[in-house]
Amino acid sequence: MLRPSTRTILAALLLSATTSAHADKIFVSNERDNTVTVIDSDTLKIIKTIPTGKRPRGMAMTPDYRELIVCIGDDNRLDVINTDKLEVIKSFAASGPDPELLAINHKGDLIYIANEDDSLVTVMDRSTGEAIAEIPVGVEPEGMAVSPDDSLIVDTSEQTSMAHFIDAKTNKVLANVLVDTRPREATFTKDGKEVWVSAEVGGTVAIIDAKTFETKKKLLFDVPGVRPELMQPIGIRFTLDGKTAFIALGPSNRVAVVDTATYQIKNYILVGQRPWHLELKPDGTKMYVANGMTNDITVIDVATQKAEKSVPVGRLPWGVAVKPGQK
Amino acid sequence: MRMRSLAWLLPFAIISAANANLAPSPGINVEIGYLGRDYPEPLPISLVEPAISDEGVQGARLGLADNLATGRFLGQAYHLSEKIAPRNGDIISDAKALLQTTHLIVADLEPDDLLRIADLPEARDAIIINVRTSNDDVRGKDCRRNLFHVAPSWTMRADALAQYMAWKRWNRWFLLKGNTKEDVDYVDAMKRAAKKFGSFIVEERTVVFDPGNRNSETGHQQIQTQIPMRTQSAPQHDIVFVADTQDSFGDYLLWRTSVPKPVAGTQGLVAVAWSPLYEEYGGIQLQTRFRAQNKRPMTERDYLAWLAMRVFGEAITRSGKSDVDGWRAYIMSTQFQVAGFKGQGMSFRPWDRQLRQPIILTGPRTIVSMSPQEGFLHPTYLTDTLGVDAPETACKLSG
Repeated sequence: MLRPSTRTILAALLLSATTSAHADKIFVSNERDNTVTVIDSDTLKIIKTIPTGKRPRGMAMTPDYRELIVCIGDDNRLDVINTDKLEVIKSFAASGPDPELLAINHKGDLIYIANEDDSLVTVMDRSTGEAIAEIPVGVEPEGMAVSPDDSLIVDTSEQTSMAHFIDAKTNKVLANVLVDTRPREATFTKDGKEVWVSAEVGGTVAIIDAKTFETKKKLLFDVPGVRPELMQPIGIRFTLDGKTAFIALGPSNRVAVVDTATYQIKNYILVGQRPWHLELKPDGTKMYVANGMTNDITVIDVATQKAEKSVPVGRLPWGVAVKPGQK
Repeated sequence: MRMRSLAWLLPFAIISAANANLAPSPGINVEIGYLGRDYPEPLPISLVEPAISDEGVQGARLGLADNLATGRFLGQAYHLSEKIAPRNGDIISDAKALLQTTHLIVADLEPDDLLRIADLPEARDAIIINVRTSNDDVRGKDCRRNLFHVAPSWTMRADALAQYMAWKRWNRWFLLKGNTKEDVDYVDAMKRAAKKFGSFIVEERTVVFDPGNRNSETGHQQIQTQIPMRTQSAPQHDIVFVADTQDSFGDYLLWRTSVPKPVAGTQGLVAVAWSPLYEEYGGIQLQTRFRAQNKRPMTERDYLAWLAMRVFGEAITRSGKSDVDGWRAYIMSTQFQVAGFKGQGMSFRPWDRQLRQPIILTGPRTIVSMSPQEGFLHPTYLTDTLGVDAPETACKLSG
């Protein structure tokens, strides 16, 4: 009973889905649309817009890439998207209130959730969806990261301005490191030796030694002609070889490129408005940046450090995750 | 299912601070005083707005909770001692008692009380943070070495509105004012702002309306006929500016003026440090925490008291000092910044100890804009385009 036009569109959609089975799928959470947009990495066309609960923000791909877990802040739950079916297949209610960001360990059995309204990190058993521990941290927990060997968890708390280092075995806090104002994301370097923590209002990225918990270095950002208070670092991602970091700088509309050996800032790439979080294409060639104010993502070529293209998504895009295509 | 009860008993762990400027001050126990008076407050003109009896102090309590949350990781404890003097009570003896145990004061005080307390010999080395009055004199000719201001001044508010009017090109203002001291102060700031940002006042008119003329019974009929009469035959204008700090008639201007014009000032479009409607830059989180604590919206004074507590918290956490002189020096230094959900760090102007800050412009139901507006430039801080800048200050303190 489909009208011809609808049928044609459907056929075209199916065709595009089948022709690009080798392409990666880019997932973008749209905070204000209550959706996750799925984009084909080859054609950069939208494959599907998946409805989720209210206010989807932080996302994490499971290690086997079969599921994408999305923080649903206003519904106090996690939605689980099947990355083949491209639909929400279940929800975890035991996420704790207002989940904002999450991290999954590399074994894939535990989910760590920052509960923004409750000053807690919730540890969830992925198989049962049960909360197995709650770890008290500072006010407005935000960033979550798991070390490459799954032994160490890092949470940032925005209002308390700290990075909390947590022993993954005991769920006890090992160290509280004061960083600059409003820390957002924490990311481990590829070798697990450092944790990079962005401070949005402070305008810095603290590089913390993951063994001694000492701050080794603080990155400052400066673009001539751009007001210093607009340089607000948020999302951090490293290249495959670990030699370069890409850091989204929020209202300055730029992504900074940093040499991880010398800590020198090598480049600033102009992207859309208010770049927030970003993600590397699994083959390491592109970086995808969610631009909150222009409702699009920017595709950056990693080798040339050039912004190549922007792709419109939903309203207030927040986070990015990528699933590699079949090889 | 929740495992919250033991949450606060977690033992302190290693404290790490590699940088000297991040050195925490462990093992200190800080008392902060909150000093207010039961001043007569104007009744809300709308029944929807609750009459609030604990405005300000609840913000300070939330600020205390935030400071404690950081402090427990650093081995720092905080206390809040609240003193609210009765309307005709002896606030000086209250202040003296408070100053015996703490030199960190959140001051919810009108200018006269504020200056009397700042001038007490016991307060000489105190840090008093004004969270209430917008009076420009206490930042200008009557400024004091021990007096800091997180509350925006009248000139900052008027400049914030004037920048928006310049952006809209609504340059012709029809000014209506009440007759209290505060009304006159705000009018002075509006006139200054008009001149500074290229607008002009086509006429200035005093409106006296009895407070408490509520919309009860047939009250609306009287208001409906009175307001057009009081606003008629003004020269051509783009906007009505109103200075009615007591909420006697300003809200009645909306929809009732003789010619259909928008309203700004103390009602209509207002310039504030905080509004219960504000949610940007993570502000929704502060609103949520406040509402969870108090079951009511967070007002501007609640926010300012919270912010004053956070100023003390930041100074104590980050200065590495354990004495009032050290904290004061840090607050006055260029390193200092406090985050207040405005998307940038905020610091004190050295010339009058006023916190530089973005100002929210809000209507009755939605946020309209934030000033400074794009395009108004300043060599050091864009927020210094709002209010009294260094070259024009009447404050004669140095450093």
